[in-house]
Amino acid sequence: MAKLKVNGELLQVEADPSTPLLWVLREQLGLTGTKYGCGIGVCGSCTVHIDGAAVRACTLPIAEVNEGQEIVTIEGLSASNDHPLQQAWAELDVPQCGYCQPGIIMTAAALLAENPDPSDADIDAAVTNICRCGTFNRVRRGIHLAATMKKNGGAS
Amino acid sequence: MSNAPIKVSRRDFIIRSTQAGTAFALGLSLPGLGSGAVAAEGPAGADNSHTETPEVNAWVVIEPDDTVIIRIARSEMGQGTLTGLAQLVAEELMCDWSKVTTEYPTPGENLKRDRVWGSFSTGGSRGIRESHDYVRKGGAVARQMLIQAAAEAWDVPMDECTAANSVITHGPTGRTTTYGKVASAAAELWPPEHVALKDPDDWTLIGKPVKRLDTLDKLNGKQVFGADLKLPGMLNAAIKACPVFTGKLSSFDDAAVRDKPGVRAVVAVGENAVAVVAETWWQAKTALDALPITWDKGEHADLSSADIDAMLDAGLTSSEQVFVGNAAGNAEQGLAGAAKTIEAVYAYPYQNHATMEPMNATAVWTPERCEVWCPTQDGMAALEAAADAAGLPIDRCDVHKIHLGGGFGRRGAFHDFVTQAVTIAKQLPGTPVKLLWTREEDMAHGHYHPVTKCKLVGGLDENGGLTALHVRISGQSILAAVRPQWMGDDGADPVTFQGFHADGDHAISYSVPNLLVEHAMRNPPVPPGFWRGVNINQNAIYLECFIDELAHAAGKDPLDFRRKLMAEHPKSLAVLEAVADRIGWGKPAADGVHRGLAVVKTFGSYVAACAEVSVDGGKVKVHRIVAATDPGYAVNPQQIEAQVEGSFVYGLSALFHGECTLENGAVVQSNFHDYPSMQIKDMPQVEVIVMPSGDFWGGIGEPTIAVAAPAVLNAVFAATGKRVRRVPLKYAELS
Repeated sequence: MAKLKVNGELLQVEADPSTPLLWVLREQLGLTGTKYGCGIGVCGSCTVHIDGAAVRACTLPIAEVNEGQEIVTIEGLSASNDHPLQQAWAELDVPQCGYCQPGIIMTAAALLAENPDPSDADIDAAVTNICRCGTFNRVRRGIHLAATMKKNGGAS
Repeated sequence: MSNAPIKVSRRDFIIRSTQAGTAFALGLSLPGLGSGAVAAEGPAGADNSHTETPEVNAWVVIEPDDTVIIRIARSEMGQGTLTGLAQLVAEELMCDWSKVTTEYPTPGENLKRDRVWGSFSTGGSRGIRESHDYVRKGGAVARQMLIQAAAEAWDVPMDECTAANSVITHGPTGRTTTYGKVASAAAELWPPEHVALKDPDDWTLIGKPVKRLDTLDKLNGKQVFGADLKLPGMLNAAIKACPVFTGKLSSFDDAAVRDKPGVRAVVAVGENAVAVVAETWWQAKTALDALPITWDKGEHADLSSADIDAMLDAGLTSSEQVFVGNAAGNAEQGLAGAAKTIEAVYAYPYQNHATMEPMNATAVWTPERCEVWCPTQDGMAALEAAADAAGLPIDRCDVHKIHLGGGFGRRGAFHDFVTQAVTIAKQLPGTPVKLLWTREEDMAHGHYHPVTKCKLVGGLDENGGLTALHVRISGQSILAAVRPQWMGDDGADPVTFQGFHADGDHAISYSVPNLLVEHAMRNPPVPPGFWRGVNINQNAIYLECFIDELAHAAGKDPLDFRRKLMAEHPKSLAVLEAVADRIGWGKPAADGVHRGLAVVKTFGSYVAACAEVSVDGGKVKVHRIVAATDPGYAVNPQQIEAQVEGSFVYGLSALFHGECTLENGAVVQSNFHDYPSMQIKDMPQVEVIVMPSGDFWGGIGEPTIAVAAPAVLNAVFAATGKRVRRVPLKYAELS
C-alpha cells in the first residue's frame, strides 16, 4: 500500500512498488489523460509534474515517489480548463489526434512556471516530446501565446 | 412514393431503428452489470447515439434546444475530417454552427440501414473528396424537411419560407421558428427526392477557417482514446506475436506466470501469438515479459535486409515480373539518340507508422453477441474482422468507434488488433477484455511502408531539354499483399506508379516525349501497408530529385527546367510558381542557406514546396519550407495549414530517421530510441499557401507529405553538391 498526493488529494494505492507511476495513475486512479506512448521515457506522452518539475511517469516506479511530493496530472492542471496553455491551445487549435497533447501541455506548463517568457531555444530544449501528427509549430506559437496571456494577466 | 398513410410509419421506423441500434450498443448482458453502466463510462467521441429525439434524416438530429447533431461516418484521427465533414453538412443545413456537435453511427447500424452512411473507410485522403456530394445532400434534405415542417405548421407555402442559422422565417409575415421546435414534425415527413446544392459562390461555412469541434477534450485529459477505455468488470491483456512474420507459436509455460499478481489467464491467440490477461495491464505486461515462450520461426527465420536489398537490386535490371505503368513515345530510342544521358539509383526503406497510441481494442464476447470498442480508420472493416474472429453472424456484432491516437494508414486496411482482442475475449465469455500492444509489439508487427529502389535514366538533347526518361522501380507491391482484388488482370499493381500515371489523381506533372515507367515486382516476406502518402513518398523523391539532377546536368535552373516540361500541366505549374515566388527563387537566400524545389500531383491535389536548408559539419538543418496546395475546394483553410505542417513532420521524420531493418527474420528497431521521430527543435518554419482553384475536390491529409523530402534533398544538393539517394538521410556523408 502506497500513499500518493495527486492533484491535491492524498490517495492510497495498491500496486507493486515497482509499478511505474504512469500505470498507477491510469489503472488505479483512473487518470487516463496521462498517456502510454513508449514506456522508455522517450516520447513524453506520460509527462506529469512532481513538485512542479516535468517528469516522465512511464519509467518512474512508485517506490521512488513519496507522499510529500505533489503530483499533478493533466486533469489537475487547472480548475476549469483555464490554464493559459489550455486557452492558447484552444485559440490556436493546436491538437490534431490529441494523444500526445497532455504530455506536451504538461511539459510546456513546467517550462512556463520556471521561465515565464521562454525563447524559441528554451522551447527547443525543454519540449522534446514526440508528436507524429506534427503539431510542433502550433505548439511553439501556443507556448508564446500563453506566455503573453500570463504576462498580461489575461488568464489565471 | 405515396405520402399519406406512410407518414406515421416513417417515424415509427426511424424510432425503432435508432432505438434498436442504441439498445444493441448497450444491451449486451455483462455479468453483474446494468447495461447503463457501460454507457455511463463510454468514451467521449465514441458513438453516443443516446438521444431520444428522432432524427430528421440519417445525417442530422436536432434536439429541442437547437443542438444539431451531425453524424459522421469517417473517422477522426487528427486530420480534421470530423470538422470538415460537419461543415459540409451544416453548409446545406444552414444551421447555427455554434450549436453543432457530432456523433459516429456504428457500423452495425449502417449495415442494418442498408449502408445509409456510405463508406466508413478513412484513408487515401478520401474523407471529404469522396463524400462531399452525399453529405451535403444529407444536410440539404434535412433543411428542406425542417422548412416544410414549419410551413405546414403555419399553413403557408414552403417557398415563402427561408432558413438561416437554425431559424426559419416566413417572409410575408415575418414569423419565425427554430429548427429545434420543428425537428420532431420534420422527422415525420418523407424526404424530398431531389434537392439542389448551393452554388459554391454562396457558401458561407465551406472555406471558412472555423475551429475544430474536437479540441477542448484534448486539452484536459477528457478525450478517451481506445487505450484509455474502461468498461465495468474489464480485464486487460498484453500480447506477443512471433517476431518473425510468418512464424508461429510453438508453446508457452503458463505455470511460470499463472500465480503472478492479478493474472487471470494465459491464452494462445491464433496461430502466432500468446496473451496474458490480468486485472491491470501492467500486471499483464510484466507477466508476459516473464512468460517462457518458444516460437516456430518458420522458413524466413534468416531473412535480413541484405537479402531484401539483393532481391531489389536484381529487379532493377531483370525482365521478370515487370509491369509498365506509363509509356509514351519510345524511351529506348529516345535515350539512344540523346546528346547526354545520366543515370541514378535511389532507395527507400521499410518504415513503421508508429502511431502515438499503440494498437488496441476492447472486446466482449458471448455465444450470442460480440461488441468491440476500438480506434479504427474503417469501422465496417473492423466489424467484419470482429465478426470473423467471433464466429458469429455479422448482425450479432458491432463496433464502437473511438477517435484515434494517430492512424496514418495503420488502422484502416488492417484490424489484426481487433481479431486478437476478440480471439482473447472469446476465451473469457462475458468479460470485457482490453488488449493494448506495447510499443515494442507495435514496432515488431507493423504493416510497413514498402521497400523499393528505383533506377532512372534520362536523356537530354543538345539544348538541355529532357527528351527521354526511363524509370524502373523494383520492389514491394502493397496491393499484392493487402488488396489483390484491386490489381490489374496482368498482375500489375497500379498504386506502385503513384505520381507516374499518365492521368488521374496521381498523374505525372511533366510531359516527356519518350517515357517508360516500369515496376519489377519483388515481394519480400514482410507485411507492407498503406502509410500516409502510400507510394508517393518515395516516388516523389525518385522523380523530383532526378529531375533536379537532370536540370543540373543540363546546366539549367531547376525551376526553368521544370517549367519547360509543364506547359500541359498548368495547375501543377501554378503551385510551383507560387512557392518559387514566395521564397524569392532566383534571388539570393541568406548566407549559407540553399534551396530546393519539388512539385507533385497526388490524391487529386496539386502541391509544391520549396525548402531552405543549411548543412553545417555534415548536419542538415531545415530552416523554412514554403508549400502551396491546390485542392480544388478548400473546406477549412486553417486545418489545411495544420495538415501541411503535420505532413512535413511525418515526411521529414521519414526522410531523416525512418527505417526498419530486418535481422534474423525480425524487425530490429523496437521503440522510439532506435526509430526516432522529429522533435520541435528540428521543425522548420512552414508557410502554407492554400490556393483553391475550384471545380474539383482534392485530398488534403497526404499530398504535401510528398514534396517535403525531395525539396529538402534538392536543397541539400544545392548546399553540398552531394546527391543523397538513399533514405534515411542519416547514411549520407555530407561533411
